[in-house]
Amino acid sequence: MIERTPILNAVTYFIMILGLILILGPFWMIFTASTQSLQEVTAVPFNMTPGGDFLKNVHAAWDRANLGPALLNSLITSLLVMVGKIALAALSAFAIVYFKSPLRHVFFWMVFLTLMLPLEVRVIPTYNIASDVFQPVRWIIQTITGIELSLQWNLLNSYSGLVLPLIATATGTFLYRQFYMTLPDELAEAAKMDGARPLRFFIDILLPLSRTNMLALATIMFVYAWNQYLWPKLMTTDASYQTAMVAMRALVPSVNALPEWNVSMAGALIIMLPPLVVVAVLQRWFVRGLVSTEK
Amino acid sequence: MNKRAVFKSWWLPVLFALPQLLLILFFFYWPAISVFNWAFTLEPAFGGAGERLFVGFDNFRDVFADSEYWRSVSLSLFFAFTATGLSMFIAFILAICVDRQLKGSSLFRFFYIWPYAIAAPAVGLAFRFIFAPESGLIAVVNTWSPDLWNPAKYGSHAMILVIICFAWKWIGYNFIFMTAGLQSIPRSLLEASSMDGSGPVRRALDIQIPLLAPTLFFLLVLNLTESFVGPDTYGIVDLTTEGGPNKATDVMVYRIVSEAFRGLNYSGAAAQSLVLIGLIMVFTFIQFRFVERRVHYK
Amino acid sequence: MAEIGIKDVRKTYGSTQILHGVDLNFKSGEFVVILGPSGCGKSTLLRMIAGLEEITSGEISIDGKVVNNLEPRDRGCSMVFQNYALYPHMNVAANIGYALKVAGVPRAERDRRIAETAKIVGLEELLDRKPAQLSGGQRQRVAMGRAIIREPKVFLFDEPLSNLDAKLRVQMRVEIRRLHKRLSATSVFVTHDQVEAMTLADKLIVMNKGHVEQVGTPLEIYHRPRTRFVGTFIGSPAMNFFDTTIAAGGDHVLLDGIVQAIDPVLGGQNAGTAVSVGIRPEHCRLVPAGTVNSVPANVDFIEELGSGRIVHVEIDGLSFAVSVEEDQFFEQGAVAGLQLPSEHIHLFSQETGLRLDDAPAATRQPAPKTVAA
Ligand SMILES: Nc1ncnc2c1ncn2[C@@H]1O[C@H](COP(=O)(O)OP(=O)(O)OP(=O)(O)O)[C@@H](O)[C@H]1O
Ligand SMILES: [Mg+2]
Repeated sequence: MIERTPILNAVTYFIMILGLILILGPFWMIFTASTQSLQEVTAVPFNMTPGGDFLKNVHAAWDRANLGPALLNSLITSLLVMVGKIALAALSAFAIVYFKSPLRHVFFWMVFLTLMLPLEVRVIPTYNIASDVFQPVRWIIQTITGIELSLQWNLLNSYSGLVLPLIATATGTFLYRQFYMTLPDELAEAAKMDGARPLRFFIDILLPLSRTNMLALATIMFVYAWNQYLWPKLMTTDASYQTAMVAMRALVPSVNALPEWNVSMAGALIIMLPPLVVVAVLQRWFVRGLVSTEK
Repeated sequence: MNKRAVFKSWWLPVLFALPQLLLILFFFYWPAISVFNWAFTLEPAFGGAGERLFVGFDNFRDVFADSEYWRSVSLSLFFAFTATGLSMFIAFILAICVDRQLKGSSLFRFFYIWPYAIAAPAVGLAFRFIFAPESGLIAVVNTWSPDLWNPAKYGSHAMILVIICFAWKWIGYNFIFMTAGLQSIPRSLLEASSMDGSGPVRRALDIQIPLLAPTLFFLLVLNLTESFVGPDTYGIVDLTTEGGPNKATDVMVYRIVSEAFRGLNYSGAAAQSLVLIGLIMVFTFIQFRFVERRVHYK
Repeated sequence: MAEIGIKDVRKTYGSTQILHGVDLNFKSGEFVVILGPSGCGKSTLLRMIAGLEEITSGEISIDGKVVNNLEPRDRGCSMVFQNYALYPHMNVAANIGYALKVAGVPRAERDRRIAETAKIVGLEELLDRKPAQLSGGQRQRVAMGRAIIREPKVFLFDEPLSNLDAKLRVQMRVEIRRLHKRLSATSVFVTHDQVEAMTLADKLIVMNKGHVEQVGTPLEIYHRPRTRFVGTFIGSPAMNFFDTTIAAGGDHVLLDGIVQAIDPVLGGQNAGTAVSVGIRPEHCRLVPAGTVNSVPANVDFIEELGSGRIVHVEIDGLSFAVSVEEDQFFEQGAVAGLQLPSEHIHLFSQETGLRLDDAPAATRQPAPKTVAA
C-alpha cells in the first residue's frame, strides 16, 4: 500500500513469519510427536522431524480413548446441535421480527439474558434438571393443584442430553434477527399479496434467502459444538456416549510411567481435525459468521 | 426492531418461539433460579428432606471470609489481564502487518485464524506436551539445571502455561476482528497521513489505533469476560494443571465447577456463581455502553 | 372486474392522523389515478385497499363486500410495488408463478399460464434469469407479470414507474394503459407525477395532507380545479396567483392598479370577497408594452424550451410565468404587457381555498331559511 520501502517490507515479512512460527509451531510439534516412537518423543532436545510411527500411534490412541465411537458421537451431536441452533435461531427471530406481539420483547430479553448464564455458573442445577427434566413441571403442578405426578425424563447418557441443553442460542437468534431486519418490508407484502401465509413465506422466501447467513452460522456452531467439553464430560458416565473431547482426557499421560506423548498427540490431532478443516476450508463463511455475531 | 409488514396471527409466533422458550426455561432459567435459591439457603442438617433454610447473605459471608477465595480471585484477575493483554498484543501486531497487504499476506491470514478452531482442552493437552518438563520444546532447559522449568511443581510456571494456552488460542479470534476492523479504515486516511510525512509507527498510533479503538475495546471486554468465566479457561486448566500445583491455577471458574463437582458445598458454589453472574452483567453493561458509542465511528 | 367503495376511511398511527375521512367510489374497470405530494397518504390508502394496512375506521368494500377484515389473499387484488419486491432467489418464471404455486395450481397449468403471462409482458426470453440479472424495465415487467397472472379483480400500483429513467417511464406508461385495455380490471395507480396521472387516468383523485381535494377526469381537474391547492399542483409550470379583493360591482379585480375583468356573474355575487386569482402560464398573454388591457411587466428571465419559452415577468413584486409561442421573443429586462383573459381566470376564496363557483350554492348565498314542517 503506502510505503513500499524494502526495509519496511522486510520487517513486515519477518514479523509475519515469526507469527507463522508461533501459530503453526504447535501444530507442527503435535504432528511430529504423533509420528515418533516413544523413545524419539521423549528425547531432549525435541527432534522436529517426523518419524515413521504415525499409524501405530493413531492406533494406540484410537484404542486407548475409544476414539471410534467417540468421534461418531461428536459428529452426531455436533451436527444435531448445529442444525438445532440454526432452526431455533431462524424460527425465534421470525417470531420476533415478523409478528407484532407485546410478548416478543419479553422473549427477546429472555433470550438475551441467557448470555449471562454460562454453563460454568450453573453446572450442578443444570445437571440436576437434565437428570430429571420434568422436575419443574411436577413442582409447579404440585404447588398449584396439590397433585403429585410421576412424570420422569432422564437425559443423562443420551444424545438428547448431549444436545438439548446446548441448542438454545442467543447469538444465532440475533444474527437471524439482524438478517431479517435488512430485508425490505415489501418482500413480505408481495408474498402476502401472492397469498402466502406466514409459514409458507418462512419456508419459500426467508429460508432460501438466508442461505449465506445459514452457512456462516453453521460453521461457527459446528466448531462450537464439537469443542464442547464441560457439559459432555459432566453428563456422560456411560462410555458409549462419550464425545471425542471428553475422550481426550484418557490421553493425558499418567504421571507415574514414561509419558507416551506420541500417542496423546496422535489422538489430539485426530480430535482437533474436524473443526480445523471446517475453519480452513470454509474460512470465508466462518469469518463472516464470527464477525457478524459482534452486533 | 419494527417491521411494517407483519403477520397477524397471535398463536403462530408463540408456536415458533416455543422450542427455544422451553429450552431456555428448562436449561437456563430453572437452573439459574436454583443457583439463586441455593446461594441464600442452606441444606437442612443431616440431609433431611425438609425445606431449605433461608440464611440471607451468610453463604456470601462465608465465601468472602475464605482467604482461598480471595486468592482465587486474584489469580483470576492476574490470569485474565495477562492472557488478554498478551493475546491482543500479538494479534494486533500480526493484524497490522497483514493489513499492509504485501504479496502473500492472505496466506498468512489464512493460518493466523487456525487457533480459534482448536478446542481449549486440546490446546491444553498440546501445550502440556510442548511445555512438559521432561520432553517437548522446553525440557532442554532442565538439562542445564534440573527443574529450571516445571509447571507440575511450581505454581508460577503453571500459571504461565495456562496463560500461554489461552493467549495462543485467542490470537485467532482477536486477529479476525482486528483485520476486519482495520479493513474498514478508509485507505485514503492512511494515504493522507503518509502524505503528511508520518511513518508506519506514527500512523499506527495516530490513525489505526484510534480508529480501531471500538474494536479493540470490544475485544478487550470480550477477552476479559471469556478468560474470567469462559469455558476455554475451564477446559485449559482442566487439561493442563487441574488447578494445581497447590491451587496456584485455581481460577474462579475452575474453582466453582470443581467445588460444585465435589458436591461438598453447593451453597458456597452458588454464592460464587452469583458473584460471577454479577460480573458478567457488569461486563455486558460496559459492552452495551460501548456499542452506543460505536455509532459515532460508523 | 370490481367496484371499490371507500367510506369515511381514516388512518391514525399512534396519535397522528394520516387520513381524515376519505370517501371514494371506483367503477368497475376504471383506471383510477391517485395523485398527491409526498407524504399525503396515497400509499397508505392503496395499502389499505390491498389489506396490507389496518383500517382505523371506516369501510372499504370490493364488489359490494366489506373487506376490512379480510387478509390480502382473500381480496382478489394484486399489487405492483415501487421497488418491485421481486423474490431475489427465484428466477423470473418462479417469481411470476409464485402466487399460483401457493394456490396449489398444478404444475402443467402453472407453466402454461406463466408462458402466457410472460408473453403479455414480453419476458419469454428471460424466464430463467434471476432478478439481479435484469434491467430496471425488465424487473418492472416481472412485477407486472406477477400481478396479472392471478387474474385479479383489482390492480394496485404504488408508483411503479418512479425507479425508471424518463424514457422507459413513458414507454411503460403506454404499456400499462394498453394492458389495462386488454384486461380491463379496475386499476388504482398511485403517483406523484402529474404527467403520469393526466395521461393514464380515467378518474383522477388529487389528495393533500390526508384529504381528497378533488375527484374528476383529468380535463375537469385541469380546467376547473376545485381548490387552490389543486390549481397549484396540476399543470406545469404551476398556476400564477395573486391575492386581491373583488371590486365593488363584482366585474373586476385590480392588479397593480389596473383593471382585470373577471366573470361578472360570479364576481357579482362575491363583491368584496378576498380572493386568490389564479391563471395558468399557458393562458396568460404577453403583448407589447402599452397595449390596452395589459399590465406593464418587467421581463425577469426566460426559460428556453425550444418549442416555445417560459417568460418570467414581474409586476410590483409579484412574479408571473407566461408560456409563449416559438415565434415570440422577449429581451431580459425589457418591459412587456401582460394580459389575463377573463375566461381563464380562476377565483379561489382566500379564506377556504375553495373555488368560488364550485362550492355548492348554499355556501355562497345565505340559504333561505326554511321552517321545519
Ligand atoms: N408506520 C408508520 N408509522 C407512522 N407514520 C407513518 C407510517 N407509515 C407512514 N406514515 C406516515 O403517513 C404519511 C403518509 O404516508 P404515505 O406512505 O401514505 O405517503 P405517500 O403519499 O405514499 O408519499 P410518497 O409519495 O412519498 O410515497 C406520511 O407522513 C408518513 O410519514
Ligand atoms: Mg408512497
